[in-house]
Amino acid sequence: MADQWRASIRHVGIIFRKEMAAYFNSSVAYITLVVFLLISGWFFSSAFFLIGESDLRGLFSIIPVIYLFFVPAVSMGLIAREKSAGTMELLVTLPLEDWEVVVGKYLAAVALIGVGLLYTMVHFVSLAFVGTHVDVGAILAGYLGLLLVGGVYAAAGIFCSAATGNQITAFILAFLIAFVLFMLDKVLFFAPGFLTALLQYVSIDFHLTNISRGVIDSRNVIYFASVIALFLILATRILEMRKWR
Amino acid sequence: MIRVEELTKFYGQTRAIEKVSFTVRDGEILGFLGPNGAGKTTILRIITTYLAPTDGQVYVDEMNIAEHASELRRRIGYLPETNPLYVEMPVYDHLQFAAAARDITGRAFKSALGRVMEACGVREVLHRPVGELSKGYRQRVGLAMAMIHDPEILILDEPYSGLDPNQIVEIRALIRALGKEKTVILSSHILQEVQALADRIIILNKGQVVADGTSEELMAGFRGQATLTLEVKNATRESVAALGDRFPDARVREETAADGIVRLQLEYTPGATDSQGQGLREQLFAYAVESGWVILEMSRQQAQLEDIFRSLTIEQGSARG
Repeated sequence: MADQWRASIRHVGIIFRKEMAAYFNSSVAYITLVVFLLISGWFFSSAFFLIGESDLRGLFSIIPVIYLFFVPAVSMGLIAREKSAGTMELLVTLPLEDWEVVVGKYLAAVALIGVGLLYTMVHFVSLAFVGTHVDVGAILAGYLGLLLVGGVYAAAGIFCSAATGNQITAFILAFLIAFVLFMLDKVLFFAPGFLTALLQYVSIDFHLTNISRGVIDSRNVIYFASVIALFLILATRILEMRKWR
Repeated sequence: MIRVEELTKFYGQTRAIEKVSFTVRDGEILGFLGPNGAGKTTILRIITTYLAPTDGQVYVDEMNIAEHASELRRRIGYLPETNPLYVEMPVYDHLQFAAAARDITGRAFKSALGRVMEACGVREVLHRPVGELSKGYRQRVGLAMAMIHDPEILILDEPYSGLDPNQIVEIRALIRALGKEKTVILSSHILQEVQALADRIIILNKGQVVADGTSEELMAGFRGQATLTLEVKNATRESVAALGDRFPDARVREETAADGIVRLQLEYTPGATDSQGQGLREQLFAYAVESGWVILEMSRQQAQLEDIFRSLTIEQGSARG
């Protein structure tokens, strides 16, 4: 059993490395990262000097919005590209399990999101130099929350990529899912009372706000883990369905 | 040994193959022949576990592939029909990726790389992205990936696709050499290539096996028409006219050539005990002597594999795309 797990981790690593190479061998990674950093940088610097406070709230509030476009762009090709190019046949006839392929690709997308977030730390470093009373803990918690939100959107993205087989459709679907998860918290007052608690729990912003405050509740952890797992399981099932088409 | 039992596959309502059964012995080269849409690729995709059959089973050394898919993929080298490759990825990375997926790394990978570079002739393009390569080189890369782990079973779907005649000769020699110690299943619509390589041939039509045997067995068992052509001198009109009565099972056609030479063609159906038409030729010779003919030429047009293929895949019904 332990050998099997070690083999699976190795296989996930092989797919992860292949995907990272694919991101950086093509223009996908460079274009998405540059656009992500330009927009986030613009919103951070324009608000930062107006507010005059030593925090990254401006940045942290805009990144989930940029994510709505950035993460679907990063994840749309993960499986759809393999399907349209026919390389899926090559991939799934290697001695790899379907879930290993999905997880390897998913982790590559999360890593690219992580690289994007890492670059935004230049703002954090600037803040540390010029600001006063910088709350490092809150900022790090904010980054963790953003990585988890990116993780949820990427899981939705790989599910859409598997479900459609077309990158543009995958992008639009992933955007819609991310948009609904993002907006739920903001339209709660329209919802009937008995649904409010449920919708609030499903809303991603509610959990991001909690984590950004530095409060990491088990409810938040369960939310992120279960939504990510749900989308990855669905993506794996869709991949397996090719056999029975 | 690969044992395929009553394999049936439906794509939605469309039946791709129906109750296909055959076995492949270790070290055998099996060739699949059939028109487009006959079900060749579907069968190969099921054996490689890319697709699951609607019904039926496949066993490799008595192991059901549905239950041991991952293990069997290690033992199989597969070149898909479309030879899908990552255009932006260099050849070396392709080979490294295919090897790593089989846990071949480090020194073992270097040794495997040297072996497939020589065998498939990809050394000079090793560090070039696949997108820059010609179709022939891409085919070699696909073959090299299928062989990187030195598999016991090689499944090659249209391995000659995109190759020029020189490359076809090279790849044929390579597959023949591999076939001495490995089990090879290949599909092709190039009949001569399958005939030249395969120990055994399976002809598929509309998803069903319509012939299974060595090319000699297929030709021996073929009940198509054969033709004896005879060119004679000194043939009287009466003796030629009486030929039909003498050989009632043959259809006689007569063409008069110049200088009193008569050209005769006898179409006949070879019998099970006389597939070569030897008895008929002897009788015809005796008749010629009896009639005072001078035989200038007697030749027999034997049924070729191509005739058998056409007979089985076209005459039984229109070929499906």
